[in-house]
Amino acid sequence: MDIFGSFALLLAFLAAVYAFVGGLIGIYARKQLLSKSARHAGMAVFGLVTLAVASLEYFFFTDNFSLAYVAQHSNRALPGFYKFAALWAGQEGSLLWWSFLLSMFAFFALFLNRKRHPELMPWVGVILAGVQIFFLTLNNFVANPFNVIAGADSSGVMRMAELSQGSGLNPLLQYPEMVIHPPMLYLGYTGFTVPFAFALAALLGRYPGEKWIHITRRWTMVAWCLLGAGILLGAHWAYAVLGWGGYWEWDPVENAALLPWITGTAFLHSVMMQEKRGMMRVWNVWLVFSTFMLCILGTFLTRAGIVNSVHAFAESNIGSWFVGFLAIVLAVCVLAWYKNRDYLRSDNQLDSLVSRESSFLFNNLILLAACFAVLWGTLFPVLSEWVTGSKISVGPPFFDKVNIPIALFLLFLTGVGPLLAWRKTSFDALKRNFAWPLGIALVVGAVADVLGFRNFYALMCLILSVFVTLTIGSEFFRGARVISSRDHVNFVSAIGELTMRNTRRYGGYIVHFGMVLIFIGIAGRAFSVDVQKQVSVGQSLTIGPYTLVCQNFDSPSNANYSSQRATIEVFRHGKSEMMLYPERRLFTASQVTETIVAIESSPLRDLYVVYSGIDPDTNKPVIHAFINPLVKFIWFGGIVVILGTGLAMFPERRTALVLRAATQPSWSDAIGTGAAHAVISPSTRSGGSYKSRTEPGDKS
Amino acid sequence: MKARGKFIVGSGIIIVTLFALAYVGYTQSKTYYHTISELSTLHGAALHQRMRVSGDVMAGSIAHEDGHLHFVLEENGKELPVNYVGTDPLPDTFKDGAQALVEGRMSPQGSFVAEQVQAKCASKYQAAPIGSNMATAGKS
Repeated sequence: MDIFGSFALLLAFLAAVYAFVGGLIGIYARKQLLSKSARHAGMAVFGLVTLAVASLEYFFFTDNFSLAYVAQHSNRALPGFYKFAALWAGQEGSLLWWSFLLSMFAFFALFLNRKRHPELMPWVGVILAGVQIFFLTLNNFVANPFNVIAGADSSGVMRMAELSQGSGLNPLLQYPEMVIHPPMLYLGYTGFTVPFAFALAALLGRYPGEKWIHITRRWTMVAWCLLGAGILLGAHWAYAVLGWGGYWEWDPVENAALLPWITGTAFLHSVMMQEKRGMMRVWNVWLVFSTFMLCILGTFLTRAGIVNSVHAFAESNIGSWFVGFLAIVLAVCVLAWYKNRDYLRSDNQLDSLVSRESSFLFNNLILLAACFAVLWGTLFPVLSEWVTGSKISVGPPFFDKVNIPIALFLLFLTGVGPLLAWRKTSFDALKRNFAWPLGIALVVGAVADVLGFRNFYALMCLILSVFVTLTIGSEFFRGARVISSRDHVNFVSAIGELTMRNTRRYGGYIVHFGMVLIFIGIAGRAFSVDVQKQVSVGQSLTIGPYTLVCQNFDSPSNANYSSQRATIEVFRHGKSEMMLYPERRLFTASQVTETIVAIESSPLRDLYVVYSGIDPDTNKPVIHAFINPLVKFIWFGGIVVILGTGLAMFPERRTALVLRAATQPSWSDAIGTGAAHAVISPSTRSGGSYKSRTEPGDKS
Repeated sequence: MKARGKFIVGSGIIIVTLFALAYVGYTQSKTYYHTISELSTLHGAALHQRMRVSGDVMAGSIAHEDGHLHFVLEENGKELPVNYVGTDPLPDTFKDGAQALVEGRMSPQGSFVAEQVQAKCASKYQAAPIGSNMATAGKS
């Protein structure tokens, strides 16, 4: 049975090689039939890798400890839920999982476009196969999850061995979110391969028009959303399991996931410059390329452990494979760009500093600066060792110093950018759109300052959050008011109608609003407090408005773990409010301890209680309590972002009633000038109608 | 000034500001990694920087005295006495023979004052194949 899985994996490798070589010959010899068969081989990889994954899962569920990978990451008493998730607990399985998700994306990219873009798709297939060959090489020849355990017996003959018990799954991974977090993150990482393949294919095949950018944009949104969800799930896992009271510590592995997300965000914005104004073509292509390379780098940092990290999964020999692959990808990208750089020439130039274009340029500049700073800080120990010989690491203060101002500037652009007109915005339009939101935000800020809200960055974040929320709200309000007065429908259904007619625009606003919520949640960190104290039964500790009284200590246990648990009664203003049960579990198979944090979460603050262990000197239990304000905003904001992204990908509802093509610089300007009833059409969004009104200007 | 020029000036200001912030953050948080044998070669300012040192916890060296924890890290025969002054209880993985990473500064007396201690079991997860008398071979 172990033969079956590794054989499927080997066949998958061969199919990918065929898809690559056959595809290339098909393109150059113009043999359509060969291209078609290469495409089929590319799709077949998915089926074969699925068989390999299914076979490995079968071994986990049947407790087959003759496989080294199963024996190292599972044990009999492990709940089934985690036996499933143990697949990606170690290096070999994670890489197999990467291949599986990649082959799934490749399958859908090839299958959904099988009748479309006959010039483009063969190239896409070749590039996807190229990436798959790399990962399948690792799966088959470098880190094979199907290796069996064998040893020499007394007469020196090698025999296969089966252990009676496995060494268990890392307890940190025995948490419900660990079942969805890695797949989400990997879906994001692998998902970016598809936009990369389309961008590189369009460049190599000199595919005419901007069509590829529409396809790329959609796939990027899918990958971007999944990666973002993966990052947030990881942050929530760290918050709930690691027990240090926070959710983000600029750990190399966290940073590795953030990097492609940042460049992906930059791409999703700058792509609009290309769609509407024919600018930034070279920039966009390079953003897609870098996003993909950062995904590979991220996988490499996670798996190869070259940088010290709390994750520290493994230090292994696969590092050089990844460096080699990255070098090849970079070389191919540079060559493709250099050979076809005339294909990417820009149509237009920047006209004014106060324009939508310039807000996108600043958005991109600042996102790239953030990306560069995070990358630099993450790789600093490695770089400094190369250059000076001594290994130096930088900590959270470095990342915070650079990224907090960047984040606030981005928040500012979030409010301003969408309401600026393309090309040039008049002072009147600025006043009309921003006077009220800015005024109210400043008043709120002044009130907060008087009330003792003194942290500078948190205060800025508050003012900007109010400002952005008001500008977004006013966009919905103005649009819906026009629809409701024209169609005589109530205001709420007018908002729905408005949103469905231009899902891309209003979905984008919802994503922005979700980001505002996340920013508010992060700003709450400035007001976090914690108290650590030794308490025995009957003693108490006080934090903020809460008094925590220890009622009992006990030690429940089961086959998988034994634990120490505190029972804590929480009083607020003298009244008993709830019971909390922070716990420490000692896992039987691995002999590793895990903290189970007790969190009482409310929208405004989390009470976060950790049983940190027993003080060796006094033999008293130590309780560490935190009050973390506004953390819930982060998780809720994440959900809003996901919903908004989903909405933005939803096809737009076509309206039959197109009265007149838009002649105003932007939707909001149009409404502001009172000509709104004339522009109830989704054409504001399509590049076509826009172009017709800019071209005369360009010639002048 | 043309829009392009203004944009370039604006970008310049932003980038210079960020570089300045990055430099301040860097000086506040840079931490050196040193091996125990390197410590004896350090002198002057280099000896008083914040640093991380890793090594194995010497068997039998863990001692509690006047509310503080003392232990000795060893690496390739070199020893380093460590005085833990942090408030967090140490992880359960911290025991004789464990690999530990300490962060803090050298004291003038030549011992290490650690504010943080991380530890991991010497042979966990990836480190060694199961059953020390067996090798993890390929398909047989």
